[in-house]
Parts: sequence; C-alpha cells; structure tokens
Amino acid sequence: MKTKAAAEHLSKVFLDGKNGATTEALRDINLEIYSGEFLCLVGPSGCGKTTLLRIIAGLEMPSSGTFCLDGSPVTAPGPERGLVFQEFALFPWRTVAENIAFGPEIRGISEIERQRLVQKHIEMVRLVGCDYKYPAELSGGMKQRVAIARALANNPEVLLMDEPFGSLDAQTRDDMQLELLRIWQETKKTIIFVTHNVDEALFLADRVVTMSARPGKIEQIMKINLKHPRDRLADDFISYKKKVLLNLPRRSKNP
Amino acid sequence: MKNRLFRLLSIVFFIVIWEIAAVLIAHPFILPTPVDVGIAFWELLVSPGPPGAQWAGELLGHTLISLSRVIAGFCIAAISGICLGLMMGWWQTIRNFIEPVIEIIRPIPPLAWIPLAILWFGLGFKSAVFLIWLGAFFPILSNTILGVESTSKILIEAARTLGAKHMQLLPKVVIPSALPSIMAGLKIGLGVGWMCLVAAELTGSNSGLGFMITYYHWTMEPAKTIAGMIMIGLIGFVVFIGLQSLEKRLLFWREAIS
Repeated sequence: MKTKAAAEHLSKVFLDGKNGATTEALRDINLEIYSGEFLCLVGPSGCGKTTLLRIIAGLEMPSSGTFCLDGSPVTAPGPERGLVFQEFALFPWRTVAENIAFGPEIRGISEIERQRLVQKHIEMVRLVGCDYKYPAELSGGMKQRVAIARALANNPEVLLMDEPFGSLDAQTRDDMQLELLRIWQETKKTIIFVTHNVDEALFLADRVVTMSARPGKIEQIMKINLKHPRDRLADDFISYKKKVLLNLPRRSKNP
Repeated sequence: MKNRLFRLLSIVFFIVIWEIAAVLIAHPFILPTPVDVGIAFWELLVSPGPPGAQWAGELLGHTLISLSRVIAGFCIAAISGICLGLMMGWWQTIRNFIEPVIEIIRPIPPLAWIPLAILWFGLGFKSAVFLIWLGAFFPILSNTILGVESTSKILIEAARTLGAKHMQLLPKVVIPSALPSIMAGLKIGLGVGWMCLVAAELTGSNSGLGFMITYYHWTMEPAKTIAGMIMIGLIGFVVFIGLQSLEKRLLFWREAIS
C-alpha cells in the first residue's frame, strides 16, 4: 500500500503562559497513513487525538518531529487537507450552497465551476432542495452533511474529521456513519477520523489506532479485516471490540 | 392588529391626560393644551422657512437642516468608526497604539466640546456635524471592536482549513460575523448623534430644530417649542424604525436562530 502521510517522532508540549507549567500532549508519535484508507484514532479524552489531528490540519505546530504529506512537512492549513469539526463550524450568514462554495470561492474558482461543485456535493450528501436554507434552519445531522460537503468541495486529498458525529443523537449518528462510508467509497479519499467511541471506530475504519493519555502515545494499531457494511453484533466484530477495549487504558491507571 | 390598536390607544390616552392637565393648570405659558400645540404646529408648517430652506416652511426647513447635519455627521462617524474598529479589532499593534488616546477622549461628553467646536468651525453646519460625529463615533467604534473580537475562533479555523489566507479572513469571516454587533453600534450611535445635534443647535447654531425650540422659548411661545420637540421625537422614531428594518434585511440569517 502507498504511504500518503506520516508522523515521525512527533511531540507536542503546550506551555501554560501564566505559571510556565507545561502539558505534554503528544509523545513520540510515529504513524503511517496509507493512500485511500479509513483510519480511526480512538482514546480517552486528553489523549491528544484532537491535537494530533490539528497538527495534521496545520492549525497547530508540533514541538518536535514532523508530519509529512506526500513527503513534505505540513506547516500551515491547506485546501488539500479538509477538516470537519464536531461543532459543524458552518458560516451562519451563508446558505447551504454558499457554505459549500466557500473553499472554491476562496481559491478563485469561476462562478460556473463553483455552481457545478456545489450541485455535485449537495447531491453527494443528499441535501438536494436545501440550497437556500441557512444553517440555523437545519438539524444537527443536516449541518454535519453540509460541513462534509463543504470540506469535499475543495477536493482535498485527506479528509480529517474531529468527532464529527459526537453531538448527534444515536439514530442520526448511525445514519451518518453509513453515509460517510458510502461517500468514502464513492470518493476514495484518505480519511482520518477521531472518536472516543470504540464501536464507531470499528464500524468505520480499516485500521484503528488506540491512544493513551498524559502523555498522548500510540498504544496499538489494529487492522480490521471485516467487510462493509459491518454487523455490530457479529462475533468477529465483538472480538475486535474486546481486543481494543483491553488495550484502551482506563482513566484510573493514569493519575 | 389588536396589539397595534392598543399601542395607538396609548398615544390617545397620553394626549387626553395632557389636555386635562393643561386645562387644570390653565396657564398657556406653562403648559399649552394639545390643541394649542396642534395650531402652533400648523403655523410653523406654513410660515416661511429659515434662510437656505425658505421654500420648505419654517418647521420642515429647520427639520431638513437638522437632518442634513445628522446624516453627514452620522455617515462620517459610521465610516470612521467601522474602519478604525476593524483595524483595532484585527491588529493588536494598532489597537495598543490607539486605544489609550481613545480611552481618554471617550469619557468627555460631546457637549463639552461645544466651545471648541464653535471656535474651530464657527456657528452652523460644520460645528454641528463635528459634535454629531463625536457622539456617534465612540459607540460605533467600540461595538465594531467587540464584534471583531468575538468572531468565533472555530469559524476562523474552518476558513483557514478551507484555504483562506490571513487577509481573506477579514472580508469573508470577520466582517460578516461582526455585523450584528456593528449594527447595534450604529443604532446607539445614531441615537447619541441625534441628541448631540439638538444640543449643538441649542447653543452653536442659528438654524435647525434645536435652534427653533430655543428661539420660541425666548419669544414666549411654548406651544411652538413643544411642536418642535414633537418633531424631534417623531424623526428619531422614524429613523430608528428605518435602521431596524435595515438590520433585519442585513441579518436575516439570524432570524431562524430563535
């Protein structure tokens, strides 16, 4: 398999400005990401999985080590890495169509091409007819569909997702997982997906990376050899789940 | 509809109370009756206007002069307040450099500037515009800064991951996101500006509504003074409604949030 991106000896230390205290968010992360794969990062809160994703997005700089995309280190955000936030982060003053058009507009793409991109992605996330709605008029699941379409309209090579379904109700979350798998299979994007939900990770990912907290380290990388759509109640699904949960550090072990 | 009728009733009720009070006091120099004021209003409408606006009649002529001053002062305040506010909100260095001076000038009431305004600009249009600008500028400035500051960090990050460069963030994210706060500043600024206008005309001018009401105070015609006051109130009301509908139009996307 072709390597798309890699973290090499990546560490992140946050400085607390007031008393000079430091927090070690990530320690010596080494991780290869393959082209076209669906990778999930799981771990308890505070394990640095979001920090790692933000470094990949270019919103944070590593304290040492590098994250490389196609061989060159990431130093700033860029349209080749799309990010989907848990809080949707839609522009409330823009309609659905205008939100999706934001990236192409910023990059100076022509009006006609922009409209084609908007139509294509509105269809992809199944929001046809919502073009002129404002984010405030949409449900949580619909907002996240817009956010996914907005990220994809930039045609990123890697789609980064930070607990994107974390604030959705259980039913919507299940629907969105299926939708995301369909979109992934349609677009063949590389996806890096952060979640604290082991079930969600096992349902979606080719590989599940388990992290532990304080300092954030990679505990285990597990390949999931199950065909989609996966059955959460099947024996092999549950045996994977046991393996991950056994390796997932308990909060009590980390004072 | 029922609400509207009720609101109209409030005005009728007020006029009735006023009428009763005026009849009881029975002294037209202290409190003229609503009918006296109505007659005065009519007389002011038909009598010839002040120099420069004779064709409009006295009341409307002074009103037009006042309005032109407010519009000029308010527009200058809006442009300067919004531009400076955006710069101060977005670039910390500019803010650190300008803020101390602003903070010292801000607490000085605009009316305290009247002597200087007359000294610098003489009586009339320019000094009134200056005072209105002073009154309207600060609320617009601080609300613009506030709006820029409170731009959601996550929206800025979202825009950056979508490819926005630093200079694109200002027009594409910061300004639209600050717009509700800027609109609030404009509304407050207009109100303060309107008050400064009347004050400026009371002393620093020989035309405008503020001048007209003092003039009829000196000629002992309180009915005409009150007619002028009513005009000031009416215009403030109409302008405020206009600004509110502009706000609704610009900020339609907030409607659905409630």
